[in-house]
Amino acid sequence: MFTGQWSPPGVCCDTYMSSGLCFFIRLNTHERMGTMGKVVVKPEVCIGCHLCEVWCAVAHSKSKNIIKAFLYEDTKPLPRITVEENLPLTFAWQCRHCQEPNCVTACISGALTKNPVSGHVEHDSLKCVGCYSCVLICPYGCILIDEQKREIIKCDLCAGLETKYCVSHCPNEALIYVEN
Amino acid sequence: MKKFDYLIIGNSAGAVGCIEGLRSISKQSSIGLIAEEEHHVYSRALIPYYLSGAIGRDKMYYRPADFYQNAGVTLLGGQKATALDLERKEVELAGGAKIGYGKLLLATGGKPIYPPMDGLDKKNVFSFHSFDDLLGIEKRLPESKNAVILGGGVIGLMAAEVLKKRGLAVQVLELADRVLAPVVDETTSGIIESTLREAGVKLFTNNTIGQIHSGDLVESITLKDGTVIPCDLLIVGIGVRPGTELAEGTAIKIDRGILVNRQMQTSVPDVYSCGDCASIYNFITGQTQPLPLWPNAYLGGRIAAFNMAGIKRQLVAGTSMNAMHFLNVNLINAGINVTDQDSSQWHIISKVEPGHQVYRKFILDEHGVISGFVLVGQIKRAGILLNLMRKKVDVRSFQEQLLDENFGYVNMPDELRWQLLKDEVILGVM
Repeated sequence: MFTGQWSPPGVCCDTYMSSGLCFFIRLNTHERMGTMGKVVVKPEVCIGCHLCEVWCAVAHSKSKNIIKAFLYEDTKPLPRITVEENLPLTFAWQCRHCQEPNCVTACISGALTKNPVSGHVEHDSLKCVGCYSCVLICPYGCILIDEQKREIIKCDLCAGLETKYCVSHCPNEALIYVEN
Repeated sequence: MKKFDYLIIGNSAGAVGCIEGLRSISKQSSIGLIAEEEHHVYSRALIPYYLSGAIGRDKMYYRPADFYQNAGVTLLGGQKATALDLERKEVELAGGAKIGYGKLLLATGGKPIYPPMDGLDKKNVFSFHSFDDLLGIEKRLPESKNAVILGGGVIGLMAAEVLKKRGLAVQVLELADRVLAPVVDETTSGIIESTLREAGVKLFTNNTIGQIHSGDLVESITLKDGTVIPCDLLIVGIGVRPGTELAEGTAIKIDRGILVNRQMQTSVPDVYSCGDCASIYNFITGQTQPLPLWPNAYLGGRIAAFNMAGIKRQLVAGTSMNAMHFLNVNLINAGINVTDQDSSQWHIISKVEPGHQVYRKFILDEHGVISGFVLVGQIKRAGILLNLMRKKVDVRSFQEQLLDENFGYVNMPDELRWQLLKDEVILGVM
């Protein structure tokens, strides 16, 4: 029998399960909860400079140093964010950390999970086999492919870093982080 | 007699989808799970990756070892359900024990199809379906030189690639005139065939097994056209049929698979079904049919969970869809497959780059809604296309842009784009 701590509906303290797509949802409103947040886009102030892509790649490099990352690291640093561009329209775009993510339902290896505490959609590259089912199913086109490693990469909201690099380096505040 | 609020028969994607769905709603209800196989929940879709050496055995497991314990699920492992008593709401196990249920989920999966043929019972004949297949193939690999794969579909070709990588001579037998015939069109089949041939895989189309020559083991095969080929490892990859045995002879309606409505309910109250054993709603064709694919199984289990718990949800996103890769060629298809012969009734737009193994094809219905698509070579951001399909968007005003491999939300009309992304962007900030 389940003996973990039970939480009343609507309160996100569902920490007992750390895999798959199991988190307490607010049944009436389907709102996001707790500390879940996401990077929201303001297309009208995006100037298409692609600095978010550059700094995202740096954030996910070994050195976290822009010069070292692009010139000296063995594997080319890749961004997890894409600037969609059809001039004059541009906007930057990354994982929406959906409440009920399609990618998690499609993942055959259990590499993609919804963290029940943070709400982040997390990717375990050690488990990923590069089947690309998530690429097929993500409605936002936010699961990107690392061709060299034959696996996927996606926004992790700069886990473990002090700032969200795309947000903090956007010169025109076209990307903002919103806590729900 | 034990009794559970929710009882699940089966132990794969559908079962896990149901458990995670139920535990999203209710922590207190009791959940029991009857699993025929002794192994912890694993992903059969990973069998090719394991056998190719890409992952170790620990990565075969779909969820952590403590999954059931943490989810408060009572696991009845290594137990076979043999009969249903739908009146008394009981499941009988081999050995006679009975388990009661409030709501029942049949997630019994599929069984690989073995054609009626002498010799398929030998110890060097496997499918690519179960953990026992995996262990059996692994054991035989060191002494195998010539693999024969019966079936040139998705599983057959994945098996061909894996065994080629492991250094075996590989021969694929396909009854149709091309590989992947039910899934993709002629152009796509051609690209995949040339890719496999270049890698040294031998393809026999319009052909199949005539006779198997065996002692204790399969030794060679005479094909339908008379060719004799050596064989010390035979893989049967024709497909799976729904595992409906438990429902047969009961009031549960079966139409190829266990028939369910969009709430994943069978024709009998309090009994649900999902995954490879079920016939589910295909939102593209409007038909109810087996769609034995991983995402459909998980999502079906999740939708079933909500309905079992009294929250109405519908499965409206299921259809035929595959992400595949053969050697270095990525391939994605979704929705209906239209071949050159039956293309006249559809509006088709496509682009092929000869020699570059890049191909994009879209099938539009009379309302300009995408009913199916194939991407070969470049598959990035394919989900945007699936989303257009699911939302039944008329794409005619930007259909040429679909052929651009960099297609994205910027290529759609403003109103449509911001409608699809309305929760994710802030407009009107100037």
